[in-house]
Amino acid sequence: MTEVRNVIIIGSGPAGYTAAVYAARARLHPLVIEGSVTWGGALMTTTEVENYPGFRDGIMGPALMEEMRAQAERFGAEFVTDDAEWVDLTGAVKIVRDASGREYRARSVILAMGSRYRELGLANEKRLSGHGVSWCATCDGFFFRDQDIAVVGGGDSAMEEATFLTRFARKVYVIHRRDELRASKVMQERAFANDTIEFVWNSEVVDIHGDDKVSGLTLRNTQTGEASTLAVSALFVAIGHDPRSDLVAHQVRRDEEGYVLVDHPSTRTDVAGVFAAGDLVDHTYRQAVTAAGTGCQAALDAERYLAASDDAGALSQPAVALAATTDSY
Amino acid sequence: MGSIKHVTDTDFDQAVLQNDKPVLVDFWAEWCGPCRMIAPVLEEIAGTQSKLDIVKLNVDENPQTAAAYRITSIPALNVFAGGKVVKQIIGARPKAALLRELEDYTA
Repeated sequence: MTEVRNVIIIGSGPAGYTAAVYAARARLHPLVIEGSVTWGGALMTTTEVENYPGFRDGIMGPALMEEMRAQAERFGAEFVTDDAEWVDLTGAVKIVRDASGREYRARSVILAMGSRYRELGLANEKRLSGHGVSWCATCDGFFFRDQDIAVVGGGDSAMEEATFLTRFARKVYVIHRRDELRASKVMQERAFANDTIEFVWNSEVVDIHGDDKVSGLTLRNTQTGEASTLAVSALFVAIGHDPRSDLVAHQVRRDEEGYVLVDHPSTRTDVAGVFAAGDLVDHTYRQAVTAAGTGCQAALDAERYLAASDDAGALSQPAVALAATTDSY
Repeated sequence: MGSIKHVTDTDFDQAVLQNDKPVLVDFWAEWCGPCRMIAPVLEEIAGTQSKLDIVKLNVDENPQTAAAYRITSIPALNVFAGGKVVKQIIGARPKAALLRELEDYTA
Protein backbone atom coordinates (compact mmCIF):
# COMPACT_ATOMS: atom_id res chain seq x y z
CA MET A 1 0.00 0.00 0.00
CA THR A 2 1.33 3.41 -0.95
CA GLU A 3 1.91 6.10 1.62
CA VAL A 4 -1.13 8.18 2.61
CA ARG A 5 -0.27 11.84 2.17
CA ASN A 6 -1.96 14.87 3.61
CA VAL A 7 -2.84 16.54 0.36
CA ILE A 8 -2.63 16.00 -3.37
CA ILE A 9 -3.05 18.97 -5.68
CA ILE A 10 -4.19 18.19 -9.22
CA GLY A 11 -3.25 20.99 -11.61
CA SER A 12 -0.38 23.39 -12.03
CA GLY A 13 -1.61 26.82 -12.99
CA PRO A 14 -1.68 29.79 -10.60
CA ALA A 15 -4.33 28.02 -8.45
CA GLY A 16 -2.41 24.74 -8.16
CA TYR A 17 1.01 26.27 -7.50
CA THR A 18 -0.36 28.79 -4.99
CA ALA A 19 -2.14 25.98 -3.14
CA ALA A 20 1.20 24.16 -3.19
CA VAL A 21 3.06 27.14 -1.71
CA TYR A 22 0.56 27.44 1.15
CA ALA A 23 0.25 23.71 1.79
CA ALA A 24 4.03 23.31 1.75
CA ARG A 25 4.48 26.19 4.21
CA ALA A 26 1.89 24.50 6.45
CA ARG A 27 4.24 21.48 6.35
CA LEU A 28 1.61 19.32 4.67
CA HIS A 29 4.18 18.08 2.09
CA PRO A 30 1.83 18.47 -0.87
CA LEU A 31 2.17 16.40 -3.99
CA VAL A 32 1.34 18.31 -7.16
CA ILE A 33 0.19 16.32 -10.18
CA GLU A 34 1.25 18.82 -12.82
CA GLY A 35 0.23 17.07 -16.01
CA SER A 36 2.74 15.67 -18.51
CA VAL A 37 2.59 18.61 -20.89
CA THR A 38 0.41 21.13 -19.09
CA TRP A 39 2.64 22.40 -16.28
CA GLY A 40 2.22 26.12 -15.82
CA GLY A 41 -1.28 26.09 -17.28
CA ALA A 42 -2.84 28.69 -19.52
CA LEU A 43 -0.29 31.41 -18.79
CA MET A 44 2.35 29.35 -20.58
CA THR A 45 0.93 30.47 -23.92
CA THR A 46 0.61 34.14 -23.08
CA THR A 47 3.16 36.89 -23.50
CA GLU A 48 3.31 39.79 -21.12
CA VAL A 49 1.10 39.55 -18.02
CA GLU A 50 0.48 43.18 -17.06
CA ASN A 51 -2.16 42.79 -14.36
CA TYR A 52 -0.50 40.45 -11.87
CA PRO A 53 0.26 42.64 -8.84
CA GLY A 54 3.88 43.09 -7.91
CA PHE A 55 5.31 43.41 -11.41
CA ARG A 56 5.10 47.05 -12.39
CA ASP A 57 6.62 46.42 -15.81
CA GLY A 58 4.70 43.20 -16.37
CA ILE A 59 6.16 39.71 -16.51
CA MET A 60 6.11 37.05 -19.20
CA GLY A 61 3.49 34.35 -18.51
CA PRO A 62 5.94 31.41 -18.63
CA ALA A 63 8.41 33.26 -16.39
CA LEU A 64 5.68 33.94 -13.82
CA MET A 65 4.75 30.26 -13.77
CA GLU A 66 8.38 29.15 -13.41
CA GLU A 67 8.66 31.46 -10.40
CA MET A 68 5.49 30.06 -8.79
CA ARG A 69 6.67 26.51 -9.32
CA ALA A 70 10.11 27.27 -7.88
CA GLN A 71 8.52 29.01 -4.90
CA ALA A 72 6.41 25.92 -4.11
CA GLU A 73 9.45 23.69 -4.55
CA ARG A 74 11.49 25.84 -2.18
CA PHE A 75 9.07 25.02 0.64
CA GLY A 76 9.05 21.32 -0.10
CA ALA A 77 6.24 20.68 -2.56
CA GLU A 78 6.76 17.56 -4.66
CA PHE A 79 5.86 17.36 -8.31
CA VAL A 80 4.69 14.57 -10.58
CA THR A 81 4.97 15.54 -14.25
CA ASP A 82 2.28 13.20 -15.45
CA ASP A 83 -1.46 13.34 -16.01
CA ALA A 84 -4.04 12.39 -13.41
CA GLU A 85 -6.09 9.81 -15.25
CA TRP A 86 -8.39 8.33 -12.64
CA VAL A 87 -9.51 9.36 -9.18
CA ASP A 88 -11.58 7.95 -6.36
CA LEU A 89 -12.45 10.83 -4.07
CA THR A 90 -15.28 9.26 -2.12
CA GLY A 91 -13.51 7.68 0.84
CA ALA A 92 -11.60 9.16 3.77
CA VAL A 93 -8.46 8.25 1.82
CA LYS A 94 -8.57 9.61 -1.72
CA ILE A 95 -6.85 7.77 -4.55
CA VAL A 96 -5.33 9.35 -7.64
CA ARG A 97 -3.82 7.32 -10.47
CA ASP A 98 -1.58 8.83 -13.13
CA ALA A 99 -1.27 7.90 -16.81
CA SER A 100 1.78 5.74 -16.05
CA GLY A 101 -0.32 3.66 -13.65
CA ARG A 102 1.23 5.00 -10.45
CA GLU A 103 -1.16 5.41 -7.57
CA TYR A 104 -1.13 8.14 -4.93
CA ARG A 105 -3.22 8.38 -1.77
CA ALA A 106 -4.08 11.33 0.41
CA ARG A 107 -6.56 12.46 3.02
CA SER A 108 -7.44 15.56 1.02
CA VAL A 109 -7.37 16.63 -2.61
CA ILE A 110 -7.33 20.09 -4.17
CA LEU A 111 -8.72 20.18 -7.68
CA ALA A 112 -7.15 22.89 -9.86
CA MET A 113 -7.25 21.50 -13.40
CA GLY A 114 -8.18 24.84 -14.95
CA SER A 115 -9.84 25.18 -18.30
CA ARG A 116 -9.26 24.32 -21.92
CA TYR A 117 -9.83 26.56 -24.90
CA ARG A 118 -13.17 26.36 -26.63
CA GLU A 119 -13.45 25.25 -30.23
CA LEU A 120 -15.78 26.76 -32.81
CA GLY A 121 -17.18 23.33 -33.61
CA LEU A 122 -16.84 23.69 -37.39
CA ALA A 123 -16.31 20.72 -39.67
CA ASN A 124 -12.99 21.95 -41.08
CA GLU A 125 -11.61 23.26 -37.83
CA LYS A 126 -9.90 20.03 -36.70
CA ARG A 127 -8.66 19.13 -40.17
CA LEU A 128 -6.96 22.50 -40.60
CA SER A 129 -5.77 22.71 -37.01
CA GLY A 130 -2.01 23.20 -37.17
CA HIS A 131 -2.37 24.29 -40.79
CA GLY A 132 -3.63 27.79 -40.20
CA VAL A 133 -6.20 27.19 -37.47
CA SER A 134 -4.54 27.90 -34.15
CA TRP A 135 -5.26 28.52 -30.47
CA CYS A 136 -1.81 29.88 -29.67
CA ALA A 137 -0.81 33.22 -31.17
CA THR A 138 2.52 33.22 -29.37
CA CYS A 139 3.37 29.83 -30.87
CA ASP A 140 2.18 30.30 -34.42
CA GLY A 141 1.99 34.05 -35.20
CA PHE A 142 5.61 33.95 -36.35
CA PHE A 143 4.70 31.78 -39.34
CA PHE A 144 2.29 34.32 -40.81
CA ARG A 145 4.63 37.22 -41.40
CA ASP A 146 3.24 39.82 -43.84
CA GLN A 147 0.04 37.86 -44.32
CA ASP A 148 -3.61 38.66 -43.71
CA ILE A 149 -4.98 36.68 -40.78
CA ALA A 150 -8.01 36.66 -38.48
CA VAL A 151 -8.80 36.35 -34.79
CA VAL A 152 -12.27 35.31 -33.68
CA GLY A 153 -13.47 36.45 -30.25
CA GLY A 154 -14.17 39.60 -28.27
CA GLY A 155 -12.60 39.11 -24.85
CA ASP A 156 -9.21 39.90 -23.35
CA SER A 157 -7.56 36.85 -24.90
CA ALA A 158 -8.79 37.82 -28.36
CA MET A 159 -7.51 41.40 -27.96
CA GLU A 160 -4.18 40.20 -26.60
CA GLU A 161 -3.75 37.76 -29.48
CA ALA A 162 -4.78 40.32 -32.10
CA THR A 163 -2.42 42.95 -30.72
CA PHE A 164 0.42 40.45 -30.47
CA LEU A 165 -0.17 39.20 -34.01
CA THR A 166 0.29 42.70 -35.47
CA ARG A 167 4.01 42.20 -34.87
CA PHE A 168 3.98 39.78 -37.75
CA ALA A 169 0.88 40.10 -39.87
CA ARG A 170 0.09 42.65 -42.56
CA LYS A 171 -3.53 42.77 -41.44
CA VAL A 172 -5.36 41.25 -38.48
CA TYR A 173 -9.13 41.00 -38.72
CA VAL A 174 -10.97 40.63 -35.43
CA ILE A 175 -14.26 38.86 -35.97
CA HIS A 176 -16.81 39.29 -33.23
CA ARG A 177 -20.44 38.32 -33.18
CA ARG A 178 -21.63 41.42 -31.39
CA ASP A 179 -20.96 45.14 -31.91
CA GLU A 180 -19.06 45.65 -28.68
CA LEU A 181 -16.28 43.84 -26.87
CA ARG A 182 -16.16 42.03 -23.55
CA ALA A 183 -12.46 42.82 -23.22
CA SER A 184 -11.13 45.17 -20.54
CA LYS A 185 -10.99 48.84 -21.50
CA VAL A 186 -7.21 49.02 -21.67
CA MET A 187 -7.08 46.04 -24.05
CA GLN A 188 -9.85 47.52 -26.19
CA GLU A 189 -8.16 50.90 -26.42
CA ARG A 190 -4.92 49.28 -27.45
CA ALA A 191 -6.62 47.24 -30.16
CA PHE A 192 -8.67 50.20 -31.46
CA ALA A 193 -5.54 52.33 -31.68
CA ASN A 194 -3.70 49.72 -33.73
CA ASP A 195 -3.90 50.47 -37.48
CA THR A 196 -3.10 46.89 -38.42
CA ILE A 197 -6.26 45.61 -36.69
CA GLU A 198 -9.59 45.81 -38.49
CA PHE A 199 -12.79 44.85 -36.68
CA VAL A 200 -15.47 42.81 -38.38
CA TRP A 201 -18.50 43.38 -36.14
CA ASN A 202 -21.69 41.35 -35.81
CA SER A 203 -20.16 38.41 -37.60
CA GLU A 204 -19.55 34.76 -36.92
CA VAL A 205 -17.31 32.26 -38.65
CA VAL A 206 -19.43 29.56 -40.28
CA ASP A 207 -16.83 27.83 -42.45
CA ILE A 208 -13.08 27.59 -42.89
CA HIS A 209 -11.67 27.03 -46.39
CA GLY A 210 -8.48 25.38 -47.54
CA ASP A 211 -7.18 22.03 -48.78
CA ASP A 212 -3.96 21.60 -46.85
CA LYS A 213 -3.86 25.06 -45.31
CA VAL A 214 -6.30 27.82 -44.48
CA SER A 215 -7.17 30.04 -47.44
CA GLY A 216 -10.23 31.89 -46.19
CA LEU A 217 -13.41 32.02 -44.13
CA THR A 218 -17.12 32.23 -44.68
CA LEU A 219 -18.70 34.72 -42.30
CA ARG A 220 -22.34 35.30 -41.53
CA ASN A 221 -23.69 38.60 -40.34
CA THR A 222 -25.54 38.01 -37.09
CA GLN A 223 -27.97 40.89 -37.79
CA THR A 224 -28.83 40.38 -41.45
CA GLY A 225 -27.88 36.72 -41.95
CA GLU A 226 -25.88 37.75 -44.99
CA ALA A 227 -22.88 35.57 -45.88
CA SER A 228 -19.50 36.89 -46.98
CA THR A 229 -16.00 35.56 -47.48
CA LEU A 230 -12.73 36.77 -46.06
CA ALA A 231 -9.38 35.75 -47.55
CA VAL A 232 -6.97 34.96 -44.71
CA SER A 233 -4.21 32.41 -44.26
CA ALA A 234 -4.78 31.83 -40.56
CA LEU A 235 -7.56 31.85 -38.01
CA PHE A 236 -6.72 32.25 -34.33
CA VAL A 237 -9.57 31.06 -32.14
CA ALA A 238 -10.04 32.94 -28.84
CA ILE A 239 -13.70 32.45 -27.98
CA GLY A 240 -13.31 31.40 -24.38
CA HIS A 241 -12.62 28.38 -22.23
CA ASP A 242 -14.41 25.45 -20.66
CA PRO A 243 -13.55 23.85 -17.31
CA ARG A 244 -11.44 20.68 -17.42
CA SER A 245 -13.56 18.73 -15.00
CA ASP A 246 -14.01 15.43 -16.89
CA LEU A 247 -11.68 13.68 -14.45
CA VAL A 248 -14.10 14.25 -11.57
CA ALA A 249 -17.36 14.18 -13.58
CA HIS A 250 -19.11 11.56 -11.48
CA GLN A 251 -17.50 12.34 -8.16
CA VAL A 252 -18.10 15.95 -7.26
CA ARG A 253 -21.08 18.13 -8.05
CA ARG A 254 -20.75 20.30 -11.13
CA ASP A 255 -23.06 22.77 -12.82
CA GLU A 256 -24.54 22.23 -16.29
CA GLU A 257 -21.48 23.81 -17.92
CA GLY A 258 -19.10 21.51 -16.08
CA TYR A 259 -17.77 23.96 -13.49
CA VAL A 260 -17.13 22.31 -10.14
CA LEU A 261 -19.53 23.63 -7.50
CA VAL A 262 -18.11 24.83 -4.19
CA ASP A 263 -19.65 26.05 -0.98
CA HIS A 264 -18.82 29.76 -1.40
CA PRO A 265 -17.02 31.58 0.12
CA SER A 266 -15.09 28.40 0.99
CA THR A 267 -13.56 26.08 -1.64
CA ARG A 268 -15.27 22.95 -0.28
CA THR A 269 -16.90 20.68 -2.87
CA ASP A 270 -19.77 18.40 -1.90
CA VAL A 271 -17.26 15.64 -1.06
CA ALA A 272 -15.54 15.85 2.33
CA GLY A 273 -11.82 16.54 2.00
CA VAL A 274 -12.07 17.64 -1.63
CA PHE A 275 -11.54 21.31 -2.48
CA ALA A 276 -11.55 23.13 -5.80
CA ALA A 277 -9.96 26.35 -7.01
CA GLY A 278 -9.18 28.46 -10.06
CA ASP A 279 -10.77 28.36 -13.50
CA LEU A 280 -12.25 24.95 -12.76
CA VAL A 281 -14.72 26.73 -10.48
CA ASP A 282 -14.77 30.28 -11.73
CA HIS A 283 -17.35 31.38 -14.31
CA THR A 284 -16.85 35.01 -13.72
CA TYR A 285 -13.37 36.36 -13.10
CA ARG A 286 -10.91 33.86 -14.57
CA GLN A 287 -7.79 35.89 -13.79
CA ALA A 288 -4.36 34.62 -12.79
CA VAL A 289 -4.65 36.56 -9.55
CA THR A 290 -8.13 35.26 -8.68
CA ALA A 291 -6.99 31.71 -9.43
CA ALA A 292 -4.00 32.22 -7.14
CA GLY A 293 -6.34 33.63 -4.48
CA THR A 294 -8.68 30.65 -4.53
CA GLY A 295 -5.69 28.30 -4.62
CA CYS A 296 -4.57 29.87 -1.34
CA GLN A 297 -8.07 29.47 0.11
CA ALA A 298 -8.18 25.81 -0.91
CA ALA A 299 -4.88 25.10 0.84
CA LEU A 300 -6.11 26.81 4.02
CA ASP A 301 -9.43 24.94 3.83
CA ALA A 302 -7.57 21.65 3.38
CA GLU A 303 -5.29 22.46 6.30
CA ARG A 304 -8.32 23.11 8.54
CA TYR A 305 -10.05 19.98 7.36
CA LEU A 306 -6.98 17.89 8.15
CA ALA A 307 -6.59 19.48 11.59
CA ALA A 308 -10.27 18.82 12.37
CA SER A 309 -10.03 15.20 11.30
CA ASP A 310 -6.83 14.84 13.37
CA ASP A 311 -8.77 16.09 16.41
CA ALA A 312 -11.58 13.64 15.71
CA GLY A 313 -8.95 10.92 15.28
CA ALA A 314 -7.30 11.86 18.60
CA LEU A 315 -10.61 11.40 20.46
CA SER A 316 -11.00 7.88 19.19
CA GLN A 317 -7.35 6.98 19.54
CA PRO A 318 -7.46 5.39 23.03
CA ALA A 319 -9.84 2.76 21.68
CA VAL A 320 -7.53 2.06 18.78
CA ALA A 321 -4.50 1.86 21.07
CA LEU A 322 -6.35 -0.47 23.39
CA ALA A 323 -7.35 -2.71 20.53
CA ALA A 324 -3.76 -2.79 19.33
CA THR A 325 -2.56 -3.65 22.81
CA THR A 326 -5.12 -6.41 23.10
CA ASP A 327 -4.03 -7.81 19.76
CA SER A 328 -0.43 -8.02 20.81
CA TYR A 329 -1.19 -10.28 23.74
CA MET B 1 18.68 12.23 -20.38
CA GLY B 2 19.21 15.82 -21.35
CA SER B 3 21.01 14.68 -24.43
CA ILE B 4 18.73 15.85 -27.20
CA LYS B 5 20.87 17.12 -30.07
CA HIS B 6 20.11 20.30 -31.95
CA VAL B 7 20.09 20.22 -35.74
CA THR B 8 20.28 23.20 -38.09
CA ASP B 9 19.56 24.12 -41.69
CA THR B 10 23.16 23.19 -42.44
CA ASP B 11 23.31 19.68 -41.01
CA PHE B 12 19.64 18.72 -41.39
CA ASP B 13 20.28 16.64 -44.50
CA GLN B 14 23.04 14.63 -42.94
CA ALA B 15 21.64 14.33 -39.41
CA VAL B 16 18.05 13.64 -40.33
CA LEU B 17 17.49 12.75 -43.97
CA GLN B 18 20.57 10.51 -44.28
CA ASN B 19 20.08 8.92 -40.87
CA ASP B 20 19.70 5.13 -40.91
CA LYS B 21 17.34 5.28 -37.97
CA PRO B 22 13.98 7.01 -37.87
CA VAL B 23 14.36 10.52 -36.46
CA LEU B 24 11.84 12.64 -34.62
CA VAL B 25 12.42 16.33 -35.26
CA ASP B 26 10.96 18.66 -32.65
CA PHE B 27 10.33 21.99 -34.39
CA TRP B 28 10.37 24.50 -31.57
CA ALA B 29 11.20 28.05 -30.53
CA GLU B 30 12.21 29.85 -27.37
CA TRP B 31 9.00 31.88 -27.32
CA CYS B 32 6.68 28.89 -27.60
CA GLY B 33 5.24 27.92 -24.19
CA PRO B 34 3.86 24.51 -25.19
CA CYS B 35 7.27 23.68 -26.72
CA ARG B 36 8.79 24.15 -23.28
CA MET B 37 5.99 22.13 -21.74
CA ILE B 38 6.63 19.04 -23.90
CA ALA B 39 10.43 19.24 -23.67
CA PRO B 40 10.73 17.05 -20.52
CA VAL B 41 8.57 14.35 -22.11
CA LEU B 42 10.78 14.26 -25.20
CA GLU B 43 13.89 14.09 -23.01
CA GLU B 44 12.35 11.15 -21.22
CA ILE B 45 11.51 9.31 -24.44
CA ALA B 46 15.01 10.00 -25.77
CA GLY B 47 16.51 8.60 -22.59
CA THR B 48 14.48 5.41 -22.40
CA GLN B 49 14.80 3.93 -25.88
CA SER B 50 17.29 3.96 -28.73
CA LYS B 51 15.31 2.98 -31.81
CA LEU B 52 14.11 6.50 -32.52
CA ASP B 53 16.57 9.39 -32.61
CA ILE B 54 15.15 12.62 -31.25
CA VAL B 55 16.51 16.01 -32.29
CA LYS B 56 15.39 19.64 -31.97
CA LEU B 57 15.25 22.27 -34.66
CA ASN B 58 14.87 25.91 -33.65
CA VAL B 59 12.53 27.44 -36.26
CA ASP B 60 13.70 30.97 -35.45
CA GLU B 61 17.29 30.20 -36.30
CA ASN B 62 16.59 27.70 -39.07
CA PRO B 63 13.80 29.14 -41.20
CA GLN B 64 14.73 27.22 -44.35
CA THR B 65 14.01 23.79 -42.97
CA ALA B 66 10.85 24.97 -41.20
CA ALA B 67 9.60 26.53 -44.44
CA ALA B 68 10.58 23.48 -46.51
CA TYR B 69 8.35 21.30 -44.33
CA ARG B 70 5.66 23.99 -44.25
CA ILE B 71 5.62 24.26 -40.50
CA THR B 72 2.96 26.78 -39.46
CA SER B 73 2.31 25.61 -35.93
CA ILE B 74 4.59 24.52 -33.13
CA PRO B 75 5.38 22.38 -31.33
CA ALA B 76 5.42 20.18 -34.43
CA LEU B 77 6.95 16.72 -34.22
CA ASN B 78 7.86 15.20 -37.58
CA VAL B 79 9.11 11.64 -37.75
CA PHE B 80 11.46 11.08 -40.69
CA ALA B 81 12.32 7.65 -42.04
CA GLY B 82 14.41 7.15 -45.16
CA GLY B 83 14.42 10.91 -45.72
CA LYS B 84 10.64 11.20 -45.78
CA VAL B 85 8.08 12.47 -43.29
CA VAL B 86 6.20 9.39 -42.10
CA LYS B 87 4.32 11.02 -39.26
CA GLN B 88 3.46 14.46 -38.01
CA ILE B 89 2.13 15.40 -34.59
CA ILE B 90 1.13 19.03 -34.12
CA GLY B 91 0.61 20.63 -30.73
CA ALA B 92 1.36 19.42 -27.23
CA ARG B 93 -0.07 15.98 -26.41
CA PRO B 94 -0.11 14.26 -23.05
CA LYS B 95 2.77 11.87 -22.54
CA ALA B 96 0.63 8.73 -22.75
CA ALA B 97 -0.87 9.88 -26.07
CA LEU B 98 2.54 10.78 -27.43
CA LEU B 99 3.97 7.40 -26.46
CA ARG B 100 1.07 5.67 -28.19
CA GLU B 101 1.52 7.72 -31.36
CA LEU B 102 5.23 6.94 -31.49
CA GLU B 103 4.90 3.26 -30.61
CA ASP B 104 5.59 2.15 -34.20
CA TYR B 105 9.04 3.74 -34.04
CA THR B 106 10.08 3.27 -30.45
CA ALA B 107 8.94 -0.24 -29.59
